[in-house]
Amino acid sequence: MRLDEIREIVGTHGRLPCDVGELAPESNLYEAGLSSLTTVHIMLALEDHFDVEFPEAMLGRQTFESLLSIDEAVAELLE
Amino acid sequence: MSHEGAEAAGLPTAGEPVDLEALVADLHELAQARVAEHAASVDAEARFPIEAFDALREARLLSAYVPRELGGMGLTLAELCRLCEVLGGYDASVAMIFAMHQIQVACIVHHALDSAHWRGFLRELSERQLLLASATTELGIGGDVRRSRCAVEDRGDGSFRLEKHAPVISYGEHADCILVTARRAREASESDQVHVLVRREHTVLEKLRDREGKEIEWDTLGFRGTCSPGFRLEATGPLDDVLPVPYADIHAKSMHPVSHCTWAALWLGIATDAVRIARGVVRKQARRTPGEMPPAALRLAELDTALMGMHSTVWQVIEEVQRRLDDHPEGPFPSDPRFSIRINNLKVRASEQVVEIVGRAMLIGGISAYRNDSGESLGRHLRDAHGAAIMVNNDRILGQNAAIQLMLRGRR
Repeated sequence: MRLDEIREIVGTHGRLPCDVGELAPESNLYEAGLSSLTTVHIMLALEDHFDVEFPEAMLGRQTFESLLSIDEAVAELLE
Repeated sequence: MSHEGAEAAGLPTAGEPVDLEALVADLHELAQARVAEHAASVDAEARFPIEAFDALREARLLSAYVPRELGGMGLTLAELCRLCEVLGGYDASVAMIFAMHQIQVACIVHHALDSAHWRGFLRELSERQLLLASATTELGIGGDVRRSRCAVEDRGDGSFRLEKHAPVISYGEHADCILVTARRAREASESDQVHVLVRREHTVLEKLRDREGKEIEWDTLGFRGTCSPGFRLEATGPLDDVLPVPYADIHAKSMHPVSHCTWAALWLGIATDAVRIARGVVRKQARRTPGEMPPAALRLAELDTALMGMHSTVWQVIEEVQRRLDDHPEGPFPSDPRFSIRINNLKVRASEQVVEIVGRAMLIGGISAYRNDSGESLGRHLRDAHGAAIMVNNDRILGQNAAIQLMLRGRR
C-alpha cells in the first residue's frame, strides 16, 4: 500500500525524533520534528521511488505536512 | 506552440491587453518542441536555425514588436526582452537572431510610424513574417557604428545604390531585408548617417575573402548559428526606403538601448539555464547520497546569488529604458550622458556576469557539465557566453564611457 511505502520513506529520510510507525496518517510531520532540510531528502526519495517529479507549485509546506498530504500529492503526480 | 495554440492562449487580439504569462508559457512550449532539439546541430554545423525560425514565424513572433493596428503583437520593449530571455535558455543563437531582428523592427517602429510607406512595410512584415538583418560596422572604420564610408548614391530617378564592405552581417544570407547604415549622400561626412532598408532580392552579398582569395566563413567558438561572416553588400532600392530621420536619432533611442537590453536579456537566459543544469547535477548527487547534502549544493546556493545580481542589473536597465520610451513615445530621447553610460554598463557588466555564472555552473556540474556528450553539457553555454563580450567588444564600449565619464560634473 502506497501509504506504507511513504511511511517508510519518511522514516528513512525524515530524521524524526519519534517512531514514524506510530504516526497517524494525518499527524503533522512538522510538529513531529520534520525540518525543511529533511523535507528535501524526502522529496528526492519520493521522486526516485515513485518515478515522479514534484513541480515547484507543489513544493509548499502543506504538501509535506502529513503522510496523508504526501500520499495525496503522489497520487496527483501518478495520475 | 502550434499556430492554433498561439491564437488560443498567448497571442492577443486587437484591443485586449497582452497576457505576458500566457505568451511566455507558449514560447516555452514552442522552444521545447522546436528549438531545443535542434540547438546541438545548429551549433555543430554553424548553420542557420531554420526549424526555430519556421516555428517563430508560425507563431507570428517576428512581428511581436509591430503595433497591433499594423498586424503585429504590439509588445513593449520589456515584454520583448522577456521573450529574448526565454529563448536564450534554449538556443542562444536563435535568441541572438531573434533579438537582432527585433532591434531592426524597433528602429522602424520608433522612428517611422507617421510615414505611410513605412506603415505599409510593417504591415507587410507582419503578413509575411519578414526577417530583418543589420549591416552597421564597415571595413576601414574600426568598429565605430556611428561613422560610415558607404554612401547612399541618388541615381536621380527616385532610386539609390549603395555598396558596403561589412566585416559582419549576421544571418545576412537568410534575412529577407537588411537595414544598412550609410552616409546620407556621396558628399556627406562620415558621421552624417542614415538608415536604409535593402531587400534581399535587390541585394548582392559576396562573402569577403582572405589573402589567398578564399571565402571567409563563420567558424567561431560560440553563437555559431548566427552565421555572421563578412560581406561585400551591393544594393539598390527606392529612396523611400531610407528611414526619414537621421541615424543619430535612431541610434540614441533605438539601436543602442534596444540592442543592449535584448542582448543582456538573452544572456541572462543563458546564465539561468546554466544554473538550472547545475542544479540538476547537484540533485542527482543528492539522490546518490540519501540524507546528506552534497558539498556542491552550497556552491549552487552561492551561485544563485550571482544569478540574482545579474537579473537585477539586466531588468533594472530594461525597465528604465521602457520608462523612457513611455515618456517619449515620439521624437528623440533627450540627451543624457548618464543614460548612455548605464546602457553601456549594462552591456559590459552582463557580458561579464554571463561568463562568470556559466563558468561557476560548470564547476558545480563537474565532469557531466564538462563533457560534450552528457545531457548536462555546458559546452555550448560557455562558448556562447564568451561571445557576449567579444562579438561587440567591451573595450570599445568602455572607451566610449571613459570619454563620457570625463564630461560628468556635479554630485549625484
